[in-house]
Amino acid sequence: MAVTAGKKVGWSTANILVVAWALFPVWWLVSLSFKKPGNIATDGGSFWPTSWSLENYRGIFKLGEFVRSILNSIGIAVISTVIAVALATMAAYAIARLRFPGKGLLIGMSLLIAMFPQISLVSPLFSIERTLHLFDTWFGLIIPYMTFSLPLAIYTLSAFFREIPWDLEKAAKMDGATPSQAFRQVIAPLAAPGIFTTAILVLIFCWNDFLFAISLTSTTASRTVPAELGFFTGASQFQQPAGSIAAASVIITVPIIIFVLLFQRRIVAGLTSGAVKG
Amino acid sequence: MSHVAETVGPTTAGTGGRNGKAELSEGARAERKLGWTLCAPAVVVMLLVTAYPIIYAIYLSFRRDDLRFPKASKFVGIDNYTTVLTSHIWWHALAVTMVITVISVVIELVFGFGLALVMHRTIWGRGAVRTAILIPYGIVTIAAGLGWQYAWTPGIGWIQHLSGGAPLTHQYQAIGTIILAEIWKTTPFMALLLMAGLALVPEELVNAAKMDGATAWQRFVSVMLPVMKPAILVALLFRTLDAFRIFDNIYALTGGAIGTGSVSFIGYDNLFLSLNLGIGSAISVLIFVCVAIIAFIFIKAFGTATPGSDVGGRG
Repeated sequence: MAVTAGKKVGWSTANILVVAWALFPVWWLVSLSFKKPGNIATDGGSFWPTSWSLENYRGIFKLGEFVRSILNSIGIAVISTVIAVALATMAAYAIARLRFPGKGLLIGMSLLIAMFPQISLVSPLFSIERTLHLFDTWFGLIIPYMTFSLPLAIYTLSAFFREIPWDLEKAAKMDGATPSQAFRQVIAPLAAPGIFTTAILVLIFCWNDFLFAISLTSTTASRTVPAELGFFTGASQFQQPAGSIAAASVIITVPIIIFVLLFQRRIVAGLTSGAVKG
Repeated sequence: MSHVAETVGPTTAGTGGRNGKAELSEGARAERKLGWTLCAPAVVVMLLVTAYPIIYAIYLSFRRDDLRFPKASKFVGIDNYTTVLTSHIWWHALAVTMVITVISVVIELVFGFGLALVMHRTIWGRGAVRTAILIPYGIVTIAAGLGWQYAWTPGIGWIQHLSGGAPLTHQYQAIGTIILAEIWKTTPFMALLLMAGLALVPEELVNAAKMDGATAWQRFVSVMLPVMKPAILVALLFRTLDAFRIFDNIYALTGGAIGTGSVSFIGYDNLFLSLNLGIGSAISVLIFVCVAIIAFIFIKAFGTATPGSDVGGRG
C-alpha cells in the first residue's frame, strides 16, 4: 500500500490529537510531582514547575512501606493475571467451540458474579479469610482478584474465539493432530490478540483495585500500592499531600506502561490474513 | 451471520456423516467431557469464592442487622427493601447513576471507536500511541480521581487556573466533572476491546469490498461491524456494568456531597459508615437487579453475538 503525503499528515494529526487527549492530564500530574512541596499552593496551576525538585520522590521512598507495596502489587497482580487468563482461556475455548450441557449455566453464573456489587461481598470474604488464615497474605488477594476477573476474561476470550477461522483446526485434525494439539498449536496462536487484550485488562483490574486491597490486608506483608496510597494521604497532615500522591502515581504507572508496551505488539492486524481461502 | 459460518461444521457432524451413528454419539460424548474438563477449574474457583458471600449478602438483606444495635438483629422479611424503595435518597441516587451511566457510555462508545481505529491503523508510532492511549486506564483510579480533584481545586489546579470557576461546588457541574473524569479514565477500556475486535476483521474482505466500490462507511457497516459484534457486546456490557456501579471517581472528586452520590455510594455509606448491614445489603441486591436488567437488555439486543449462543447454529 502506497503511503501518500496526505495520508501521513492525516495520521500524524490523529496521533497527536489522541496522545494529547490521553496525556495532557497526566503531564500535569507529572509536573506536580516535581514541584517543591512548599510551592504547590502558589505554583500549582502551571504545567511547568518554576523550580524542579525531587523532594516528593525522596519523601515517598523514605517510607520503606512504599517499595514493599510496589513489590506486593507486582507479585499479586502478575500471579492473578496468569491464573485467571489460563482458566478463562480453557473455559472460553469450550464455550466457543464445544457443545455440552450446562454451558448456559456457566455463562449466566459468570455474568452474575460480574454483576453483584463487590462492596457487599467484602465482609463475608473477610470472615472466610480470617478463618482460613488467608487474611493479609498474597493469596488472600490473589483469590478474589482472579475470581472477579474471570467473568470479563471468559466473555472477552469467548467473543474472540468465536471469530477465529476454525477451518484451520479441522485441517490440523485431518492432518492427524489430537484436539489438544489443535488447540495448542493452531488455535492458541490465532487467539493471541484476544488473550493479550484480556491479560492487559485483567492486570490493570488487579493493579487498580482499592476495595479488596484495603479490606483484606492489614500490614506491609500484602498491602498493595492503592491501599498504601490511601495511608499516606492521611499521614502527611502538615503538608499538602498532593505532591507525594502525584509522585507515587507516576511511579506506579511505570510498570503498567512497560507491561502494555510489551503486550500490545501481540494485538496485530491481519493475523488471520490468508489463513482462510477467500 | 458471520463470514465463516457457512464454511464451518462441528467436528462431530463431519465424522458422524462418514462413520455412522455410533461414532457420532461417541464423538459427542468426548466433546461433552472435554467441555466439562476445560470449564471445571473456572467454575470451581468462582463457586468456592463467591457462592457463600453472595448468599450471605442476600440473607442479610432480609434481616434487621445493624452493628450499632447487635442485639436487635432479627428477620424482617422485605422491610429493608420497602425502606429503601420508599426513600427519596435511593431514587435520587438512581437518577444520578443513570445520568452518569448513559452519558458516559454513549460518548465512550463513539470515542472508543475513534481511538480503536487510530490504535489499529495508524502508520507510524503504533506502539507508542497504543500505550499512551491506555495510560489513563492504567493509572490507579484513586490517584487519577485525586488528580482531577486537585486540577479543579482553587490555587492548585490547572483547570481551575484556566476556567476560574469552582464546579465541584454545584450539583450539575460536579456531575459533569465526574462524567468527564470517568470518560477520560475508561474510554481506553472500550478502545482496547474494540481494537482487538478490529484485529479480527480479515484484510482481504475489506479490500474486496473496496474493489467492489464500497464507500468507507459501507465497509464499516457491512464488513467490519458484523465481525466485531461480539467484541462490541463485551465492551458495552462490561463498561455499562462498571459505569452503573461507579464509586471511586465520585469518592475522590466530591465524596458524594451536594447530591452527587451514586447507588453504590449509598450502599457503601450504609455498609461501612452507618454499619447498617441489612439496609446496605438490600441496596446491593437492588443494584444487582438493576444491573441484571441492563445485561438482559444488551444480550437480547445482540442476539446471537452473545458468547456460546450459536455453536449449534454453525453446524
